[in-house]
Amino acid sequence: MDIYIAIIVTLVGAATPILIAALGELVVEKSGVLNLGVEGMMLVGAIAGFAGQFYTGNPYFALLCGAFAGAASSLIFGFLTLSLSANQTATGLALTIFGTGFSALAGAPFSARPVQLMRPLFPAELATHPVWRVVFGYSFPVYFSFFMVVAIWWFLHRTRSGLTLRAVGENDVSAHSIGYSVQGVRYAAVLFGGAMAGIAGACFPLLLTPQWAERMTAGRGWIAVALVVFASWKPFRLLAGAYLFGLVMTMELYAKAGGGPLSAIPSELWAALPYLATIIVLVLISIRRDATSNAPACLGKPFLPSN
Amino acid sequence: MTTLSRRNILKIGGAAAALPLLGSKAFAQTEPLKIGFIYVGTINDNGYNYAHNQGRLYVEEHLGDAVETTYVENVPEGPDCERVLRELAQQGNKLIFATSFGFGDSVIKVAPQFPDVKFEHATGYQKAENVGLYNARFYEGRAVCGTIAGHLSKTGKAGYIGSFPIPEVVMGINALALSGRRINPNFTVKPVYISTWNDPAKEADAARAMIDQGIDIIAQHTDGPAALQVAQERGIIGGFGQGADMSAFAPETQLTAIIDHWGPHYLASAQAVIDGTWVAGDTWEGLKEDVVQMGPYNAKVPADVVADAEKVRTGQIDGSFHIFTGPIKDNTGAERVAAGVTMTDAELLSMDWYVEGVEQPA
Repeated sequence: MDIYIAIIVTLVGAATPILIAALGELVVEKSGVLNLGVEGMMLVGAIAGFAGQFYTGNPYFALLCGAFAGAASSLIFGFLTLSLSANQTATGLALTIFGTGFSALAGAPFSARPVQLMRPLFPAELATHPVWRVVFGYSFPVYFSFFMVVAIWWFLHRTRSGLTLRAVGENDVSAHSIGYSVQGVRYAAVLFGGAMAGIAGACFPLLLTPQWAERMTAGRGWIAVALVVFASWKPFRLLAGAYLFGLVMTMELYAKAGGGPLSAIPSELWAALPYLATIIVLVLISIRRDATSNAPACLGKPFLPSN
Repeated sequence: MTTLSRRNILKIGGAAAALPLLGSKAFAQTEPLKIGFIYVGTINDNGYNYAHNQGRLYVEEHLGDAVETTYVENVPEGPDCERVLRELAQQGNKLIFATSFGFGDSVIKVAPQFPDVKFEHATGYQKAENVGLYNARFYEGRAVCGTIAGHLSKTGKAGYIGSFPIPEVVMGINALALSGRRINPNFTVKPVYISTWNDPAKEADAARAMIDQGIDIIAQHTDGPAALQVAQERGIIGGFGQGADMSAFAPETQLTAIIDHWGPHYLASAQAVIDGTWVAGDTWEGLKEDVVQMGPYNAKVPADVVADAEKVRTGQIDGSFHIFTGPIKDNTGAERVAAGVTMTDAELLSMDWYVEGVEQPA
């Protein structure tokens, strides 16, 4: 029993940053912009979050630092791709390289400096029983990620602004012709995506391992980008996908550490499982033929207001 | 000193290729010895790569203007490494240290193209005329750690986060297990391989997974302090720093640390190249030569345990104790080393089996 509780708690930790970053990217892509710089923005968020925690010891302020830094780095991407119509794919990749290098530079003074982990949101008395620990045992970003799944779904499907954002992503020319500001909507979406990636990055030093290490996100930004496709741009599927990935990543370690039938699976297969899962789900989705049809029609295409 | 990223090394490499046109040969006599280092990770990892970089600084400190060092961080073990090695050689580095096991194949490939450049590869096994090998007997440090683990573990179970099942890592796991079992015959070690040298979040989750399943001592052979931080967070008995003193990350939980002290070796190699006496060596130094050091013992390690650990440490220095002395059984129960026999270095460096008490990893 306790071991299942422990697995769930670890799994939530592994899934949360991926989910937060992917939710941000989902909104960006819904507006018709493809930002492949998630990994870089996460790293910038991670170092900003670390620095915030290091200097103030206030994890909420640290998360804000992460969000602000992520948004600031996404603004570079926004300016290049939206105002200057640079290629989104190439700019996104450049943003990842920039974020990796910049975070390493900014992080250099912080090696060998540990910080405090973020405390659980609810008082410890609520989480004493193992079962309650599954519900009340986490710190703020976990509940934030659940809240954002619902909020983003509600925003996209139940609000006028959400409809505008989707319209801009589906048909920018029409949206522009009826008076919506395509650039304005896309800037807002890119900034939101950057802030979410920054928060996701800040989760690494605040939630998972209280230190700064170069490249500490270790490719999870790419998993977040893949998850958006995996989830065919739907927030609740994104939630399921993030937890599926988290489960595979966590089960690997528990199986290796604990023995039992699962530990008979070779390490190499465990390492390949998330990718196998992605392929299987993508195949299943494409059999249902709603994968491509659900992608925003203007995804990755620059929009020039003068045209 | 010049700091290079893998990207702008290309530019500098291009510029360096044009240098011979300037007739630099005329003042070759007074030029400092250029030394290149390549690291698999970042020098800020608080562990393995940090320690190698400390060794580089040690050389600079001792030889001053006689040397000029360059390092390249985050070089992946694969084709990229070949390119970086070639660039460093073309830039005029006459001594190049490749500091990770996985660089070996690249070194062997590139070295024949630059016969006047001396290469030294850490922790590898492939030599050539201008490729020397050097290694440190980390396992001696692990024998000290194992002594402490055997005394202090209440569950008798230790966890061990490994990167890849290479001999260097396997040897460390075995040394910890053998040493722990000298104190507690029921002591076991559970290895978990995570297929990376540096993914702090994964290291932390691996540590959580093992602690949740009953281990109360953790050791790691990855590059950072993530596992120790989890040990501290969960309040288990303790763990060990790897590569460097990591007590800042786990002041109550780091019981001691294995510190890599490459400086003396790097200095000796650089001096030999300057003196023209360098030959492709194959050194494997440890506690005795001060290339492996132990970190401070935690205040919570009882005095008698410290004394026992010190006995193991000094025994390895004066040669009276060798952890890989038989009888040693493997984890299937078969006897591998007969009583009184000590394994040879060659046997150790190709170790691919686990001693009794180590659970077979997945």
